[in-house]
Amino acid sequence: METLGVNMFYDDFQAITDVSIAFPARRITALIGPSGCGKSSFLRCLNRMNDVIPGARVEGEVLLDGHNICDSGTDVVQLRKRVGMVFQRPNPFPMSIYDNVAYGPRLHGIGDHAQLDEIVEKSLHRAALWEEVKDKLRELATELSGGQQQRLCIARVLAVEPEVVLMDEPCSALDPTSTFRIEELMTELMADYTIIIVTHNMYQASRVSQFTGFFLLGELIEYDHTTQIFENPRDQRTDDYVRGRFG
Amino acid sequence: MRLLSPRQTEKLAFALLWACTGIVILPVLGIIAVMLYRGISGLSLGLLFGVQGGLLPAVVGTILLVALTALIAAPLGVAAAVYLSEYARSGPLVRLIRLAIVNLAGVPSVVYGLFGLALFVTLFHFGRSLLAGACTLALLVLPLIISTSQEALRQVPQGLRHASLGLGASQWQTVRRVVLPNALPGIITGLILSISRAAGETAPILFTAAFYSLTSPYPKSVFDPILVLPYQLFVMATEVPNTPAPTKWATASVLIAVVLGINLFAIVLRARLRGSRRW
Amino acid sequence: MRRIRQSFDEQLEQLEQDLLEMGAFVAEMLAKAMEALVEQDVTLAQQVINEDDVADDMDLNIEQQCMRLLALQQPMSKDLRTIGTVMKVIADVERIGDYSVDIARTAIKLAATEYFKPLVDIPRMAELVREMLGQALEALVHHDLELVAQVVAGDDAIDKMWYALLNELEEIMEQHPEVVTQAVALLLVARYLERIADHVVNVAERVAYMETGQLETLAPSHRADYQPDAEL
Repeated sequence: METLGVNMFYDDFQAITDVSIAFPARRITALIGPSGCGKSSFLRCLNRMNDVIPGARVEGEVLLDGHNICDSGTDVVQLRKRVGMVFQRPNPFPMSIYDNVAYGPRLHGIGDHAQLDEIVEKSLHRAALWEEVKDKLRELATELSGGQQQRLCIARVLAVEPEVVLMDEPCSALDPTSTFRIEELMTELMADYTIIIVTHNMYQASRVSQFTGFFLLGELIEYDHTTQIFENPRDQRTDDYVRGRFG
Repeated sequence: MRLLSPRQTEKLAFALLWACTGIVILPVLGIIAVMLYRGISGLSLGLLFGVQGGLLPAVVGTILLVALTALIAAPLGVAAAVYLSEYARSGPLVRLIRLAIVNLAGVPSVVYGLFGLALFVTLFHFGRSLLAGACTLALLVLPLIISTSQEALRQVPQGLRHASLGLGASQWQTVRRVVLPNALPGIITGLILSISRAAGETAPILFTAAFYSLTSPYPKSVFDPILVLPYQLFVMATEVPNTPAPTKWATASVLIAVVLGINLFAIVLRARLRGSRRW
Repeated sequence: MRRIRQSFDEQLEQLEQDLLEMGAFVAEMLAKAMEALVEQDVTLAQQVINEDDVADDMDLNIEQQCMRLLALQQPMSKDLRTIGTVMKVIADVERIGDYSVDIARTAIKLAATEYFKPLVDIPRMAELVREMLGQALEALVHHDLELVAQVVAGDDAIDKMWYALLNELEEIMEQHPEVVTQAVALLLVARYLERIADHVVNVAERVAYMETGQLETLAPSHRADYQPDAEL
């Protein structure tokens, strides 16, 4: 997945200016930057979640397998199946754990019970949640702890078998232990998915990602190997930011 | 220097708020107490089931009217609310619609009655009938239903919509599978509260549905006029001079009981629906 | 106005300050050890040996500060490189202290016997080594890559001096077997000085890394493919 010269506007305000990034497949790319730098807005360009926001407008190209997903002809439903998204706050549907995971597959026409059972189990396994919930699949998802809920949300995304998983500050509402669990999970998932994570916690970015992009005021300042960004960034602004001297 | 310590102001505020609540509740309790006190002697099985002048036909008529009103108003109102809160992008047209809804809620009920008379009774040839009355009442409660439903839809966390859309659901799938089920308790509460208000209205049905008859109390079809409690009470109070006072009070008590009954039903229903949904 | 992370900045400055102090202390140990050797002063030599404990304490103290900053401040980029540099550099400086002690012990051993010839080359070598150490520490404080280059150049000179001394002492031992004990001891001192110079080069390399973020071996004699014979 890659972007070419993406600009994004909220009405007259330009939130993103000319961002071009190529996301390596089956790697974790972290997007960091101070609040309001446009990293979340940019992430939402990648599965057209900006469509939902009134006044939002995207220019430029977002290429998935060489096709520009910003074209009006793009099947947004298919796109979001291929590019899943995990949000900042765990947002399980107020239904059973099972139904949460089965939600996506059912949407896309899978009705067979045995098949659904299999998908649910596989997805929960992948999200490292199966052992904790296998005996209470029919219980309400909202009864789970925050960290479990977030892993459930990841399982829910995995159930529709995406190629790319977008994560928008997935751990900002979680305690450290849950955070480390999810980071570990991301590292495991990397074998099969391209993961793009937005985080305002740069230590998280340094822990989990192989590539890091630094955003500032809607621009991509620097994009490089994570080690390079955190040990020896090229741009002074990146350096100030990762050293906590930003201001 | 401060006149009162924070502790004392806290106590004072609490006392004031408590007093305000009491002032709000008192008239309601007063009305019920006076009604029961004056009407208790008039309350009897005969009052309800009396062959002529019994209240049962009016109770049945009221319930029929309310049910039909609900049947007409609920789908329209909820659909409009869903459109306005889930689909409509803010523009001049949508703003106009919202303004119209707010204003409609403020129109006096007698205006609805006259409008219903002109439109349903005369123009549509429904005559003075159950259907015409239900249509008129439906118009009356629509703004209420729309605004309470919109409120209920707003209560559904935005995150759930995004989650659903993010999984590749269409807008409609999201509304049907996630938003509506979660807004349902709120929507139903709003519905029933709106409709219980309709149950007590007199003016809109005065010209459109109600009549006073001792001989053919039950309607045969939706095109027949009906006996309804508020109108019964109205006629009793204004046109039948020799009605004993306790009978009038007892009738009023029955009307209040029906309205309370409908409200109670709403509360129980909401509690059961909400039991399974939390976020 | 306070800077963002001012207290962290101050702790980093303190760290550099402590490292400088340790460097100066060890340089002084080396100077005293050399003086003890030349003047055959046992008391002074003993003093150097005792001072090693102080240097070791400084080493531990600085390491602890580094660990604490790493654990509590999550340093990144240049800050991380600075702390990493300090941690590695103190090990080198501490080794220089150890070699100074070795020289002091040699001084005690040789105090009772007269030198078979006046010490000239070895004090000259020690002088250059001390100068290099001063340059390396100054490079660290002033972020001066020019001084780093001078240190590397100094090491080449040291290496040449070492091989010259080696050849000279080998000849003396062949011709005068009676001074072998003394010659071996002096050869070891030369060897210590040569090793100290290598540690100083390590320090300089770290300074370069701290400034540029590039990890590389600067001195040719520290590379695996280095052929010492080629320079003889």
